[in-house]
Amino acid sequence: MAINNPIAAPHTHSGLSTTNIMYLVVLALSPAALYGVWIFGLPAALVIVSCCISAWLSEVICLQLQGKNWLSSIDGSSLLTALLLAMSLPASTPWWVASFGCIFAIVIGKHVYGGLGHNPFNPAMLGRVMLLICFPIELTNWQAISIPSLGSDGLIFSQQWLGIDGVSSATPLADLNQIVEWKGLLLGEHAGSLGETSALLIALGGLFLIWRGIIRPYIPCALLLGLTIPASIAHWLHPQDYASGLAHLLSGGAMLAAFFIATDLVTSPTSPRGQILFGAGCGLLIWLIRSFGSYPEGVAFAVLIMNAGTPVIDHYLRPKIFGSQSLFKRSKGA
Amino acid sequence: MFNLKPKPFSGGVHPKGYKELTQQQDISKDFVPDRVYLGMQQRNGSMLNSLVAVGDTVVKGQLIARGSNDMTVPLHSPVNGTVVDIKPYLSSHPSGIKSQTLVIANNGTKNWGIDYPPSDYQKLSHEQIVERVLEAGIVGLGGAGFPTGIKLRLARKSKVHTLLINGGECEPYLTCDDRLMREQAAEIIAGIKVMAKAIGATNSIIAIEDNKPEAINAIKQASDGISGISLKIVPSLYPMGSERHLIKAVTGIAIGPGQLSTAQGILVHNVATAKAVYQAVRYQRPLIERVITVSGDAIEAPANITVPIGSLVSQVIAECGGLKAEAKRMIAGGPMMGQVLPSPFVPIDKSVGGLLALSEEQINQRQSQDCVRCGNCVKVCPMGLMPFQMATHSNNDDWQGAQEFGLDSCLLCGACSYICPSSIPLVQYFQHAKSNINAQRSMMQKSNLARQLTEARQQRLAREAAAKKAAKAAKRKRPARSRSTQGES
Repeated sequence: MAINNPIAAPHTHSGLSTTNIMYLVVLALSPAALYGVWIFGLPAALVIVSCCISAWLSEVICLQLQGKNWLSSIDGSSLLTALLLAMSLPASTPWWVASFGCIFAIVIGKHVYGGLGHNPFNPAMLGRVMLLICFPIELTNWQAISIPSLGSDGLIFSQQWLGIDGVSSATPLADLNQIVEWKGLLLGEHAGSLGETSALLIALGGLFLIWRGIIRPYIPCALLLGLTIPASIAHWLHPQDYASGLAHLLSGGAMLAAFFIATDLVTSPTSPRGQILFGAGCGLLIWLIRSFGSYPEGVAFAVLIMNAGTPVIDHYLRPKIFGSQSLFKRSKGA
Repeated sequence: MFNLKPKPFSGGVHPKGYKELTQQQDISKDFVPDRVYLGMQQRNGSMLNSLVAVGDTVVKGQLIARGSNDMTVPLHSPVNGTVVDIKPYLSSHPSGIKSQTLVIANNGTKNWGIDYPPSDYQKLSHEQIVERVLEAGIVGLGGAGFPTGIKLRLARKSKVHTLLINGGECEPYLTCDDRLMREQAAEIIAGIKVMAKAIGATNSIIAIEDNKPEAINAIKQASDGISGISLKIVPSLYPMGSERHLIKAVTGIAIGPGQLSTAQGILVHNVATAKAVYQAVRYQRPLIERVITVSGDAIEAPANITVPIGSLVSQVIAECGGLKAEAKRMIAGGPMMGQVLPSPFVPIDKSVGGLLALSEEQINQRQSQDCVRCGNCVKVCPMGLMPFQMATHSNNDDWQGAQEFGLDSCLLCGACSYICPSSIPLVQYFQHAKSNINAQRSMMQKSNLARQLTEARQQRLAREAAAKKAAKAAKRKRPARSRSTQGES
């Protein structure tokens, strides 16, 4: 019979693990990623694969340097970072640019701060912003879509799909005159980053995560509202100068940000009210940067700015202690 | 998230119940230990004084030890037999500390040694009822182990109007309250009536989790037509059995931090306590046995079993067919809040409601990893705290920081540790922080006392010196005066 050392309760566990969570998020993200490969072709696959491999290798090296068990590199967190970064890049990004961004995300974005759970900024967005500043041309060269068509003897792949020749096109955000109907935005049949195009698949993946309890609905809802409400007001006042709320919602990285980037566990607040403020702030900043900034897309900047505020939000917007009268009373008492 | 039923309180978890292991069998009453080990030290640290000596013959129900005040409930012999030893013996405290223990050899007869004629509680005054409850040595059987008589007396003083009976039993595995409600509903109801009279409550509510339909039926039938007693079915959610959360779920009232439920006119007691109160008041029978759940996947035949207080864990497990697998952990209580038993040879005291022998697989403990700030602990905390922040502060020995994040409100319910995907032993950190804060507080009290004593001593010395000086001065004055008087004469 076991002679027990004093061990604190509980003597049971839900079975939830960080690794499970990471792979569930990867799973939720994969339909949109696969769809990106489908519409953009092999260059997109090359970006994703090069990101994943470079992320994993840099993770292993960083863990070794810190004297940690390198096996924890398969916990899914670096894979998720790689996938998120890859999906926010244009499909035509050269593989070495994508890899460089990924190495930066893992090494500077994560391990310099102490590894998983210690980074203040979303590593994937940090990597993307670094690339955007260092390689502005590669990062804004949106490849036009080339969906394989069904011919008499099977699928027909265009030259561009196979990565031999590329045709670039403007993203709907950069060129407001380009008319894209909302159905195209929803399904992703337009130019853009390789994983950001299908709002529908991304939203479905996000709903799956909410259903499984991995993320709470506060950040996605607050972000989408924080983006749509100011966009709709501005569009109603000046339809010529400002894109509609729906266009903002369905294009670019808005959906990806709402369900997968802003909801990153490590860098977002934990209390419901904190998450609402964080999400709304992200949404508003995305709209401001898109409308008035010099970059067409503001997701990465918006998320990073709000990440910086997360510790403060977590400090001030705590949940209400059970039975306590009001927050002001408590802060006075503390 | 698609559960649209409003939650009775925010937070909480749904741990797997494992109640089916013991739920469908009658309470077994056949267990007769050959020896019982009765610890003389109570949960609150106070000591009892033995009224018997080695070699004395004792009968079942005989008073054998009592304390110096009402906070220390008296102890009665659970068996007929002989006192064979009084010596330091292992207690069920997780540290395995030894305390003075009465060992009684059982002669095997099961009849009560003393005649207990029934009496009508209606004719008793409330103070007489409280007196009987105190004399019977009853403590809260839900786990806290606070003397029930004291609780009743305090409740009367604070004019409690509602008696809430906790039949929640939200801990996994445990089904002893469930079985008790099914089999002895009438006695529980009678006990509730007695308690309501003792405290002057006009309204009694029995709260049962919705995963115990048979118990709900039994209580419904037993309480049918009795005015002032009602039944409330609450959703099963851990920690429903926590006093504050049960009150919130039943009445909607949230008891604030640092506030007692009696301040809102509500007193909470466990169903098993109600039954013991009935026995004590109706027959003046002391609390010498209780029903416990013996369960877990390492137990051969899990069961609910009536055990005399002081029976050894090893004997109770042997009664349930012994172990069928390696028990990685033996626990007194439920898996969420229970304490690890230091050895299988410790006696069961009045506040132990369950005995679990769990395999490694059921404990499901993994190596803890870094916190990823996923916020699951914040989501499930029933007290609205931020466990991961408290843990960070506790880890850095910053007790004040941990308190600022609500450590004092923490119930140690374990919901956060249960859900944590990084398997961080949060409760362990909080226990550590709490015990350090307590140690600091008692150090402070000690030093305050020492300072007061020193100051008092200095004042006394100063007074004495002043008195001496005055006396000396008076002495010096007196001859002078006498001289002067002489001179005058």
